[in-house]
Amino acid sequence: MAHGESSLVAPYFKDIEQQRETNTLGMWVFLVTEVMLFGGIFLVYAVYYFNYHDAFSEAGKELNLVLASINTLVLLCSSLTMALAVYACQTDKQKMLVTFLTLTLILGAVFLGIKGFEYFEKYEHGLIPGANFHYEGEYPLQASLFFGLYFAATGLHATHMIVGGTILAIITVKAMRGFYTSVNYDTIENMGLYWHFVDIAWVFIFPLFYLIER
Amino acid sequence: MSDFPLFPEQASTVAWQVDLIYFTLVALSIFFSVAVAAAIVFFALRYRQGADVDRSHPLIEHTKLELTWSIIPFIMAMGVFGWAAMVFVDIKTPPADATEIYIIGKQWMWQAQHPSGKREINQLHIPINTPVKLIMTSQDVIHDFYIPVFRVKQDVVPGRYTTLWFQATKTGEFHLFCAEYCGTEHSAMVGTVVVMEQSEFKNWLGGGSSDEPLAVAGERLFTENGCITCHSGEPGAIGPPISNVSIFGTEVEFADGSTGTVDEAYLRESILDPQAKVVAGYAPVMPSYDGQLSEQSLLQLIEFLKTK
Amino acid sequence: MAVTSPPMDLRGHEEENYLNWAYGVKSWLLTTDHKRIALLYLVSVTFFFFLGSLAAFLLRIDLMTPQGDLMTSDHYNRSFTIHGVIMVFLFLIPAIPGIFGNFLVPLMIGAKDLAFPRINLGSWYVYIISGMFIIAVVIWGGVDTGWTFYTPYSTTYANSAVVLTVLGVFLVGFSSIMTALNFIVTIHKMRAPGLTWFRLPLFIWAMYATSIIIMLGTPVLSATLILAGLERIFGIGIFNPDLGGDPVLFQHLFWFYSHPAVYIMVLPAMGVASELITCFSRKRIFDYKFIAMSSMAIALIGFLVWGHHMFVSGQSVYAGIVFSLLTFAVAIPSAIKVFNWTATLYKGTIIFRTPMFYVLGFIGLFTIGGLTGLFLGALATDVHVHDTYFVVAHFHYVMVGATVMAYLGALHFWWPKMTGRMYNEGLGILSAVIIFIGFNLTFLPQFILGYLGMPRRYHVYPPEFQALHVASTLGSTVLGIGYVLPLCYLIWSLRFGKEAGPNPWGAVGLEWTTTSPPPHENFEKTPVVTTEAYNYHPFEEEV
Repeated sequence: MAHGESSLVAPYFKDIEQQRETNTLGMWVFLVTEVMLFGGIFLVYAVYYFNYHDAFSEAGKELNLVLASINTLVLLCSSLTMALAVYACQTDKQKMLVTFLTLTLILGAVFLGIKGFEYFEKYEHGLIPGANFHYEGEYPLQASLFFGLYFAATGLHATHMIVGGTILAIITVKAMRGFYTSVNYDTIENMGLYWHFVDIAWVFIFPLFYLIER
Repeated sequence: MSDFPLFPEQASTVAWQVDLIYFTLVALSIFFSVAVAAAIVFFALRYRQGADVDRSHPLIEHTKLELTWSIIPFIMAMGVFGWAAMVFVDIKTPPADATEIYIIGKQWMWQAQHPSGKREINQLHIPINTPVKLIMTSQDVIHDFYIPVFRVKQDVVPGRYTTLWFQATKTGEFHLFCAEYCGTEHSAMVGTVVVMEQSEFKNWLGGGSSDEPLAVAGERLFTENGCITCHSGEPGAIGPPISNVSIFGTEVEFADGSTGTVDEAYLRESILDPQAKVVAGYAPVMPSYDGQLSEQSLLQLIEFLKTK
Repeated sequence: MAVTSPPMDLRGHEEENYLNWAYGVKSWLLTTDHKRIALLYLVSVTFFFFLGSLAAFLLRIDLMTPQGDLMTSDHYNRSFTIHGVIMVFLFLIPAIPGIFGNFLVPLMIGAKDLAFPRINLGSWYVYIISGMFIIAVVIWGGVDTGWTFYTPYSTTYANSAVVLTVLGVFLVGFSSIMTALNFIVTIHKMRAPGLTWFRLPLFIWAMYATSIIIMLGTPVLSATLILAGLERIFGIGIFNPDLGGDPVLFQHLFWFYSHPAVYIMVLPAMGVASELITCFSRKRIFDYKFIAMSSMAIALIGFLVWGHHMFVSGQSVYAGIVFSLLTFAVAIPSAIKVFNWTATLYKGTIIFRTPMFYVLGFIGLFTIGGLTGLFLGALATDVHVHDTYFVVAHFHYVMVGATVMAYLGALHFWWPKMTGRMYNEGLGILSAVIIFIGFNLTFLPQFILGYLGMPRRYHVYPPEFQALHVASTLGSTVLGIGYVLPLCYLIWSLRFGKEAGPNPWGAVGLEWTTTSPPPHENFEKTPVVTTEAYNYHPFEEEV
């Protein structure tokens, strides 16, 4: 074991290899629960889409496809920068690591900003279910369900972005201090796994809500 | 104690079938519990610490034994499953000629409505030896219509019709319970089922005060709400003909090419959400009557369309 | 009286262990030691158990008379709801994993701690926060939806603290997930050298299977509760038929988690039973592999049977038939476990100590609970007994009778390991017998009540049911005494109990090779495993 490595290994692990494998498996198992969480919402969506096919297609047209497409692009780019950050860490390129982490963080913030604007737009158009719901289409009741599920799914996704972004910010600060190296990269790698998962969740949300029957 | 029953009366045609399965299961349960308990007590005492017994050849694995006690219970379980499923299908399939009664559940009472117009609260009068089919809905939360002596029970769900049928075999007064928790006075949502001789039932149905028959009330609603304008049945009318021909139980084709049967659920949906399934050849122009008709009015309209 | 050693005076001479390793409140509240977290769970879970029992006892007293003199209907409904919520989410689900899973998983596999000690501590804090939510609900005036939160009652009609309760239950799900994640990863990655999968103690297999259920099921409940909460607050209509929603969809989602949750409660109990039976029979378990695999089978098939809670909900007849078939299928692995435990006794050396009494009681109550499940899995009989006291009796046999029996068995078995002290053997056996008798007195009458047609969640009931209700209430008093007794003598043993020594039962298993209480790092040096589990026949003679 190289000098200095032992301080990175928690006392209950044999060596850094075991620690890394354990952390990675932990993240994968956690992502399984995330799949089930989003899966539950998607299942409810599927049931109502099956029942109210026409209404959902119609309501889907109210969403802002342009902004959402830009957002999809932004998020996919952030996945790329995150992947590059992991690569940088594994190859000990400290400057590159910090750059790509910061880029990821910025892209995440852009996504949330655009998402926030979309929400504001919905609010202005009276498309938030509840007291002030004004929908002009043929199926106002079912449209309320559609928007309810839209806010549940995108809200859950945005919550994941906010939590992920906060952790990413902390990691970025630590990275600036040179905490992560090619021996100690599992945190960056796991952050990457999580970030890609959140990205994939969006890749499901986008067609389900924005692209149906366009 | 004279009033200490262990077992409820049997007062419907399915009751004895359900009870037969029940007693079979009781017998099986007692057999297995006693067998396991006896084996445990016997082994525990015989092989207690300090007892001088033969402990050679202890069993650690024995595939044949394992398979025996897997397969035999499995076959028994499948037998019980199949038997109970068959009886269940009977419980769930009302005969075609059953007398229909409408039930509306609401916090915290049962309202029964006979097609003749007779209405009752927390009581249900029915004739003996006659299949009765209940068509039920709820005005608020989920309730459950439960008559223990008939061994039948069915959730009553808002926004849809569920059905329950039985044929009483004993006259008398029996408990009617709400079996799905429905709020503060859930345990007060109880009533009485009165099973009468058929002639008595006829008298009861004819006697006393009574609202107009459901179909008549339905016809009135049909005119008052303007349904008749589009569904007049004349050539060129905006909607499909329903007031002058019998449509109930027929197959119809929808605009999207699928087909369906005209039943209570379809009629209800078409009144409340007309665009959900539009009959082929007609424009989706009917306005929704959601919020304008009570559950009761809906039942009256449906009964009118049924009896056409 | 037994010779007692006053621990306070001897503290200086005592061996260092995880209890005296550090002192002060902070050393407990910020600990990442899995053994200390287990004790934190023990204290808090015990608190909620007695709180939930108190609610149950109020219900039983109220049911002594048909018109229910103690409470109003509203209070009655709030009491049974809080009883259910506390017992299911704050006692049964976290009890065995939170206490014995936490304490034993690292010890049994020869590890120094769980894979993520800080997440483990976090799970306890989340549990406590969610418990505070539930207590806040009680102070707020309670909640009256039943622990099942059926829509549209819970989302639209109920006039009580639904959102707060749902939030509490949502949070406790996180706590379970954190624990389960820890167990899965730890069992995969941190086993001692030589400890192959089929050498693992069956308790570890049970924890592994339980964790899988938690990982796959709990998030679905979380999603469902998110939707129900949004519906309650904003009225978006997902489960409200007036707005185009489907109230029965909630039931599907709820039972998709909550049926497997029954196995979250009972699989750990089965794991405990396997450990205790072998130890007090001094014999290897009958067909180890089958028991291990049946836990996994139960975990997986358990996800396919949720519809049997909904036979009369209006779901299609065909769906009912398929769910019934699968329900009978999942009964078989459970039945075989019972046969295997019984066969383990054959030609063993049976030692009658307190934990053995508990585990034999467990087998008895579990057998009755399992068999009466067949009445509910069978379609025709379920139509009659669904939502009656028959169901109440059945799930209490499985979840309270069997699971709590195993829980107390585990507590009595590993108490010497956890505390280093022995309790009074006579009182231990006495309490096991009292609980067994009290439990049957309480719940056997409820089977009869149910078949007679007494619906559950009824505050007021027809007078002909009174005699059986009174019998049940009297039984519950006996049961109550049985539950309080261990609390007393176990606390007593902390101060005055005999020193236990590393292995008071003569058991095999890595946790017994270290001192009692174990040192902070569990083992002096990492153990190496060379034999099968339950190797009680090292010198088995070949005849």
